[in-house]
Amino acid sequence: MKINSPLEAYKYLPQTNCGECGEATCMAFASKLIDRSGKTADCPPLMKEKKFAKKLAELDRLLAPEIREVVIGVGDRAAKIGGDDVLYRHKLTFFDKTKMFFDVTDTMDEAALVERVKKIANFKKFYVGRHLLLDGVAIRSVSNDPAKFAAAVKKVAEVGIPMIFCSFNPAVLKAGLEAAKDKNPLLYAANKDNWKEVGELALEYKVPVVVSAINDLDTLKTLAKTFAEAGIKDIVLDPGTAPSGKGMKESFTNFLKIRRAGIMGDTEIAYPIMAIPLTAWMAGITDPVSASFWETAMASIFTIRYGDIMILHSMEPYATLPLVHLAETIYTDPRTPVAVDSKMYKVGNPDENSPVLFTTNFALTYYTVESDLSSNGITCWLLAVDTDGIGVEAAAAGGQLSADKVKDAFDKSGFDIHKDVKHNSVIIPGLAARLQGDLEDKLGAKILVGPMDSGRLPGFMEKNWPPKQ
Amino acid sequence: MANKKKLSEVTDMFKDVDILSLEGVTIEGDIEIDLSGLGGGFDPMLAAILGQENAVLAQHFARLAGVFGVPVGFGAPAAGVPAPAPAVAPALAAPKLKDLIPAKFDVANIAEWTTQIQEVPIGNTSADGGSRGKRVMLGGEKALPFFPDAPMPNRNQVTIDVFDMRLGLAKAVKENYDEVMDNPGEWAKKNVEKFNADMITIHLISTDPLVKDTPAKEAAKTVEEVLQAVDVPIAIGGSGNPQKDVEVLSKAAEVAEGERCLIASASLNLDYAKIAEAALKYDHDVLSWTQLDMNAQKELNRKLMKQCNVPRDRIIMDPTTAALGYGLDYAYTNMERIRLAALMGDEELTFPMSSGTTNAWGARESWMVSSPLKEDSDWGPREYRGPIWEIITGLSLAIAGNDLFMMMHPTSVAVLKHITQTLFGSIEAEPVDIANWIGAEV
Ligand code: B12
Ligand code: SF4
Repeated sequence: MKINSPLEAYKYLPQTNCGECGEATCMAFASKLIDRSGKTADCPPLMKEKKFAKKLAELDRLLAPEIREVVIGVGDRAAKIGGDDVLYRHKLTFFDKTKMFFDVTDTMDEAALVERVKKIANFKKFYVGRHLLLDGVAIRSVSNDPAKFAAAVKKVAEVGIPMIFCSFNPAVLKAGLEAAKDKNPLLYAANKDNWKEVGELALEYKVPVVVSAINDLDTLKTLAKTFAEAGIKDIVLDPGTAPSGKGMKESFTNFLKIRRAGIMGDTEIAYPIMAIPLTAWMAGITDPVSASFWETAMASIFTIRYGDIMILHSMEPYATLPLVHLAETIYTDPRTPVAVDSKMYKVGNPDENSPVLFTTNFALTYYTVESDLSSNGITCWLLAVDTDGIGVEAAAAGGQLSADKVKDAFDKSGFDIHKDVKHNSVIIPGLAARLQGDLEDKLGAKILVGPMDSGRLPGFMEKNWPPKQ
Repeated sequence: MANKKKLSEVTDMFKDVDILSLEGVTIEGDIEIDLSGLGGGFDPMLAAILGQENAVLAQHFARLAGVFGVPVGFGAPAAGVPAPAPAVAPALAAPKLKDLIPAKFDVANIAEWTTQIQEVPIGNTSADGGSRGKRVMLGGEKALPFFPDAPMPNRNQVTIDVFDMRLGLAKAVKENYDEVMDNPGEWAKKNVEKFNADMITIHLISTDPLVKDTPAKEAAKTVEEVLQAVDVPIAIGGSGNPQKDVEVLSKAAEVAEGERCLIASASLNLDYAKIAEAALKYDHDVLSWTQLDMNAQKELNRKLMKQCNVPRDRIIMDPTTAALGYGLDYAYTNMERIRLAALMGDEELTFPMSSGTTNAWGARESWMVSSPLKEDSDWGPREYRGPIWEIITGLSLAIAGNDLFMMMHPTSVAVLKHITQTLFGSIEAEPVDIANWIGAEV
């Protein structure tokens, strides 16, 4: 982004405060543009009225992220990469989480291929109210045979997740493109030998393309610049990912340099970067668990330092689980803790005899507790107290969780502890035990101090519920 | 290549060198697997998670050997099969793509990084008036870790935990320590000899009034025992009880006089001045511990320096580690911000950092047998999940600027050391021809 204050964006807005964007004023909308929670398309007058066309174009240019955004695939699961404006997440936030693509080959037998692709597409890890997913499939042309490659592409395309076509042979890539029309795959890759042909394919089929130059940033930039001048905008950079020794250090250094140059304004190299931790499997590590650990460690380094898209091999849960969590860690917005609405939730179908519990509205806390309850079949009422998105222990220490806050949350939720349930009791988190006395006074209810960890709620319930009168 | 080596001999070679900084060490000749020679006593770090099966051990060893560039004469081919040469490319004369437009890549160093992180040694050798076999040096950076702007003078170090009593640990961790858990000296020895610990941390948790309320004097004996058992530098931790810790750590500092241990920890919620006083009187370093709060970290460091007169070369910070999936985003960014502020001249933050990486074992993903949720994809065996959780938690913080890692699982230690030292630049490996990765057999 070339501007950083709402005032600068405001200059380009209609300044009528018409409210169509959902904001009361153009200035409020301008702040949303600056923190990137809103986009120019949300201001109808700016979009529709001809007289603003020039301003719109200029504003879009000023607001465009330093690193170009590139979309791979189509539909719900299309993968958007790039889009960053900063080198460190605390300076703003990182955008467009690192995307994980897993390999298949065009020499696999059909059943195995389909099974693996489905496993990639169906991977799910629940986390704070969402599912963390894997992103796509990288099809490696091991056969180097256009017909075989096209057949594999057809099979993969049926599953409907984004694809990377991997071959340096333009004939193979072309066969793939023909087999998956309009699926918007990423072409891997144009290098100093085949760039004309591969570039031509990218133009003809309007698909994103990787330029590859191992450990040679001049050539990488030359290829990117040449493509950009020819009208190819959706470019991804592959500076090479070496799996061991000094080579790996060099790859790491390349990623740092490229991203630094891009954020500092060198537009000729301001594109998303691809890492290929799959090369861990070429390092001579014969034990598969160790190779998988190594691949995961490599992938972690490049998730943190500027890899936007990756090609990986290990689908073992001990590889995929840490990876999806790390991408979430690095890309989650540090400006706002992830929170759920503060209200009374039902776990199962609670009634007047069901227990009443509270927790905080920090998404990690809420969903941990909720899943401990629901997965153990405990039907109950669960109140999420508004602690500004802070967990139980930190909120109790920092003052966001107090008896007043809990009382307030009950009142706002419309739930009446004296009328809506018969037992007049509330189970509180073990880590909020110090609120017990205060809560008894404020709520006029019996307070049961639950376990420190909600994972122990099932055992606790068995012993303590229903409460003895 | 006539020279053949038995795996067990290679093990011995690795034992004496720091296995992960093998610079300059070359091993020639083929390796012969000699399973019988491995014996029950042989358990290199990577074997731990897999039980003691010899075959698996051998494979693990081959991995280490392979990464070090030792020719490995068995198993799968080292590199992938090269992809066949591309078939003749269609000779499309691209109208828009006629000639390359040459460009030169160039990027400057970060000018604002003007301040060097303080170098802090841990451990006194005989030359320094102590009895440690070596000294560990932390800090000294002039750039973010592994960045090209300025070389990193000191590599990351790992200290492995020892507790002064048997305690509940994740199964995958416990397996490695079960037989030494009643004997802190033996435990420490195992950490150094088998698991390649750079340092030992002795946690005096039994002193907690709510645990065993072990008197400070008795706890100090455990510290002496550990100092006798191993000659690496040590860190001494309390139980976390703010009243008792002051007494326990002061006594421990006294019996360890002259060894330059790391006293863990001074914090804002205990009498940090007393801890600092004991550390200075008996020649130790102080761990300055705060909870994910950069301003509190500045405050405590300032107090240690100004109020307690702790010299700059005796302060290490622990800004708190939250596990992957359980607040690592806060821990990561807190460390990165601290390090950036230090490099840009904030003298209250220019200290090496330490991470309680073991916290990773608190994450459910690291120890639960399976997911509590039906919709989740299979979580797979936890024996592998735990160690990688510890690795990734630590590795992320290594990139954020952390110098010293307090860890538990031997596999995690081995992999973390190897990957951080690869980025540090001290690992020599046979270059891999990655240009052919598309056709590689994996
Ligand atoms: C991440 C974290 C933070 C983050 C908080 C992010 C957030 N959105 O919550 C940040 C960096 C902001 C933070 C700040 C502070 N923190 Co803090 N923080 C942590 C940390 C590392 C993890 C906490 C966490 O997220 N746990 C995971 C969630 C899921 O746990 P939870 O909410 O408690 O929920 C569990 C239980 O409470 C229980 N449970 C929850 N609901 C319910 C309901 C029922 C009915 C039952 C039975 C059980 C139950 O089950 C859940 C799963 O186990 C801990 C240390 C640690 N490793 O535990 C320190 C910790 C909580 N923080 C601490 C402190 C002191 C602070 C600060 C005051 C520091 C400061 N000086 O500024 C501030 C306060 C900030 C504020 N309140 O505004 C201390 C608290 C000490 C104490 N007990 O008093 C801790 C324990 C660190 C320590 N060892 O000293 N912190
Ligand atoms: S829609 Fe556009 S013109 Fe109307 S208030 Fe919003 S920003 Fe201003």
